[in-house]
Amino acid sequence: MTEPVAVSLTVNGERIDAQVLPRLNLADFLREHLGLTGTHVGCEHGVCGACTVRVDGDIVRACLLLAVQTHNAFVETIEGLSDSGEVADLQAAFCSRNALQCGYCTPGMLMAAQDLLRQNAAPDRAQIREHLSGNYCRCTGYHAIVDAVEATVLARRGEQP
Amino acid sequence: MNDGVEQTRGLSVLDRPNSYIGKAVPRPNLDRLMQGRGLYVSDMTLPRMVHVVFLRSPHAHAKILNIDSVAAKAMPGVIAVVTGRELADVITPWIGVLTHLKGLKSAPQHAIAIDRVRWQGEAVAAIVATSRALAEDAAEQMSVDYEELTPVTNMRTALDPATPVIHADLGDNLAFERNLDAGAIDKAFSDSDEVVEAEFVFGRHTGVTLEPRAVLADWNAGDRRLTIYQGTQAPHMVQNISAKHLGLEEAQVRVICKDVGGSFGIKVHIYADEMATYALSKLLRRPVKFVADRVESFSTDIHARDHVCKGRIGVNKDGTINAFEIDDLTGIGPYSMYPRTSAIEANQVVNLVGGPYATPNYRARARVVFQNKNVTCQYRAVGHPIACSVTEGLVDLAARRIGMDPVEIRRRNLIRDDAYPCASPSGMKFEALSHHASMNKLFAMMNYDALRAEQAELRKQGIYRGIGIASFIEVTNPAAAFYGVGGARISSQDGVTVRLDASGSVVCHTSITEQGQGSESLTAQIVGSVLGVSMNRVRVILGDTDNTPYGGGTWASRGAGIGGEAALQSAKVLRKNILDVAAAILQAKPDDLDIVDNAVVDLVGGQQRIELHELARIVYFRPDTLPPGFQAELMATRHFVPRDYPFAFTNGIQASWLEVDPNTGFITLLNHWVVEDCGTLINPQLVDEQIRGGVVQGLGAALYEHCIYDERGQLTNANMADYLVPMSGEMPDIDIGHVMSPTMETELGAKGAGEAGTAGAAACVANAVNDALAPFGATVTEIPLTPRLVLAALGSI
Repeated sequence: MTEPVAVSLTVNGERIDAQVLPRLNLADFLREHLGLTGTHVGCEHGVCGACTVRVDGDIVRACLLLAVQTHNAFVETIEGLSDSGEVADLQAAFCSRNALQCGYCTPGMLMAAQDLLRQNAAPDRAQIREHLSGNYCRCTGYHAIVDAVEATVLARRGEQP
Repeated sequence: MNDGVEQTRGLSVLDRPNSYIGKAVPRPNLDRLMQGRGLYVSDMTLPRMVHVVFLRSPHAHAKILNIDSVAAKAMPGVIAVVTGRELADVITPWIGVLTHLKGLKSAPQHAIAIDRVRWQGEAVAAIVATSRALAEDAAEQMSVDYEELTPVTNMRTALDPATPVIHADLGDNLAFERNLDAGAIDKAFSDSDEVVEAEFVFGRHTGVTLEPRAVLADWNAGDRRLTIYQGTQAPHMVQNISAKHLGLEEAQVRVICKDVGGSFGIKVHIYADEMATYALSKLLRRPVKFVADRVESFSTDIHARDHVCKGRIGVNKDGTINAFEIDDLTGIGPYSMYPRTSAIEANQVVNLVGGPYATPNYRARARVVFQNKNVTCQYRAVGHPIACSVTEGLVDLAARRIGMDPVEIRRRNLIRDDAYPCASPSGMKFEALSHHASMNKLFAMMNYDALRAEQAELRKQGIYRGIGIASFIEVTNPAAAFYGVGGARISSQDGVTVRLDASGSVVCHTSITEQGQGSESLTAQIVGSVLGVSMNRVRVILGDTDNTPYGGGTWASRGAGIGGEAALQSAKVLRKNILDVAAAILQAKPDDLDIVDNAVVDLVGGQQRIELHELARIVYFRPDTLPPGFQAELMATRHFVPRDYPFAFTNGIQASWLEVDPNTGFITLLNHWVVEDCGTLINPQLVDEQIRGGVVQGLGAALYEHCIYDERGQLTNANMADYLVPMSGEMPDIDIGHVMSPTMETELGAKGAGEAGTAGAAACVANAVNDALAPFGATVTEIPLTPRLVLAALGSI
């Protein structure tokens, strides 16, 4: 199993055909083969959440998925969600609330926050904190992130933050 | 105390129309980070770049008998396998001492170990290959013969005659000792109504920057220059140190620092593996990249704390605190870290214990010992959590002994707000602090009396909640006193260059760096305000030793206070230069003109006279139209370092409200409050977020984070699953308030705020837990405050 394997997948709407080693994880594939360095690697064992991406609509840890497992899959990264404008309001809220400092966790944090808002249109602060508990942030202390997500919830519901 | 700048001084250059100072404007350049378009070192690639993996010792203490790299060298993609002895031809060893820490000793440390390894994780060989994966494959083929030696792991016995000496040439395992005796300590204790003692234990923890340390070193043999891409807090320090040990001139080294994925003091040091990476690039004449994996981060990023501190306090029944005494023991690993040394923290503990209190009698001993564990060194709020926890723990214990409310004992002993300037028994000079104003504000924010009533009510229902309070002082804006006086070539000044470009925009080059605190923002805010230029027309360049003034960087809460003042002063010069040009063009007097909203205007009346872009157009493209002999200078540079006070001390106070489950030992944080006095607030939102982030790092230390070694010196939890970091679900909201006592040493008046949160958080959590456990007569004086410790204190296990 040390020979490259052919995979075809869609990444941010773009068809990708590649030859990858079976041991290559999705995070390294995105970063090193496709140059999509917005997906960050923090712990490489599925704990920190910095590599969170969306595969077929669900968020996953790109460091725990092998690239070969994404054959025929639909993969979305922070670059894709940014370019499509899907998370533009979340990003604006993060900016105005200074919900990021070093920014390393931020792509994964935005992916996770958007995932919550797609599942639950009205999460309270405790639910926001719970859902984001798989994504480490070492800089902010989380308060500002929870504020930003809460503001986005209210804005999407047409309420004043 | 002062509630605003205006109360202590007249209008300054910052009190201008449309000033950005004091406003929560968003940080520039966040879009890049949010879109995943940042450029961290771990993202970078260069042509012919290769990757290095370090083979690391599995033993805490061992002799290296033989290294067999034949099989590894034959592996696919392998460029080189280099041992410590081979690399020593390229890079010289170093010794982490400073002359002002008298008696501090350490041993020569090599980039890669030679002959002997002294902690589990020390590199013994470098494997360089075309990819990290291939380098790791080859590392598995390495064969090293070790002779295991007895490791020194218990710092309490590190100085015993029976304990092996880690560095035979040093004679013993004592790296540093400092003794201080101020006032009449023995009389003060004997005159006290009560003397309370406790032993405080502080576990090791580490920074866990989300982006691990990463270095890309590129030796270009053609121009004989080394370019180092590194996420560092101190680029000029890296330039100086790398040049020195590689036998280069500083001008032959360029350090570039792009986005940095977390630092917290972890990335202000230079690690042996980073030195090795620089040297490998020079040796192999091609770019070499090192990115630590998470296990390497845990076993080689500097660890912090690891203290056992015995404390005593003497107190009268009326609450008067007569004396503090401490005996601190700290373990630093096998070397004093280079170039900042690992003795600074113990020195700080001696400096800071008792700091908020007007108690003249103080005795301290601090001993720093070597161990066969990873090196410890400066991490966010150096020494502060130890000093604050010991001081505030003792004050609470004393209050309980004499039956006084913890608030009341503080009210009676904190240095009065009108007592400044004054000095502490350890010789620290305080310019202006605001303990009482801060405490009053805190109690109003948290509604202290109501909380006490709620606590009493809940206790009747078997719910045990506690209130913990911690006052503290914080060292910020350090001048040369930390490092320069000890001989370290670490700049304590910072510089800023500002330039008006031809479109009327401003470019600033600053020697402070950005790791997310908002250095770019505060620089742009200050320069924009002084110059009357919109912030979106100010671009800030930092993190490049070829393109910024020489300076210290961002550490010890100095970016805003020192780098911000340099920005202010350089902008003032440029402002004058612009007005001189405008006066020449307009045939006016400079003193009659002002700059507002990107245009020169009449000072009186505000009539717009010439827009900056038009002024710049004339200067750059039609200087022939300016008066003969007039040379416009649309660029200015100024440097700054404080001179009157070696540090700008700040103060603050924190409170914690939490619940302890006596059945499980679990602690649930409910609320956390902070009042901080960091002088002028340049951007209140950024200051608040610095404090919140710092608090959570302190809460992590208080409750979860612990680098656990076994008796063999093996780090047993070197991964994120076993090493607990605070997550959003268990963190409380954190309310912040401010009192403002600007430092008069600068026009800006800003003091640091980056470490205040970490300084006091653990102390007030510990005090809150003990407050909650008071009905049981139980006390815990060890962190992290695990459920096991709580249950042990309760006698349940």
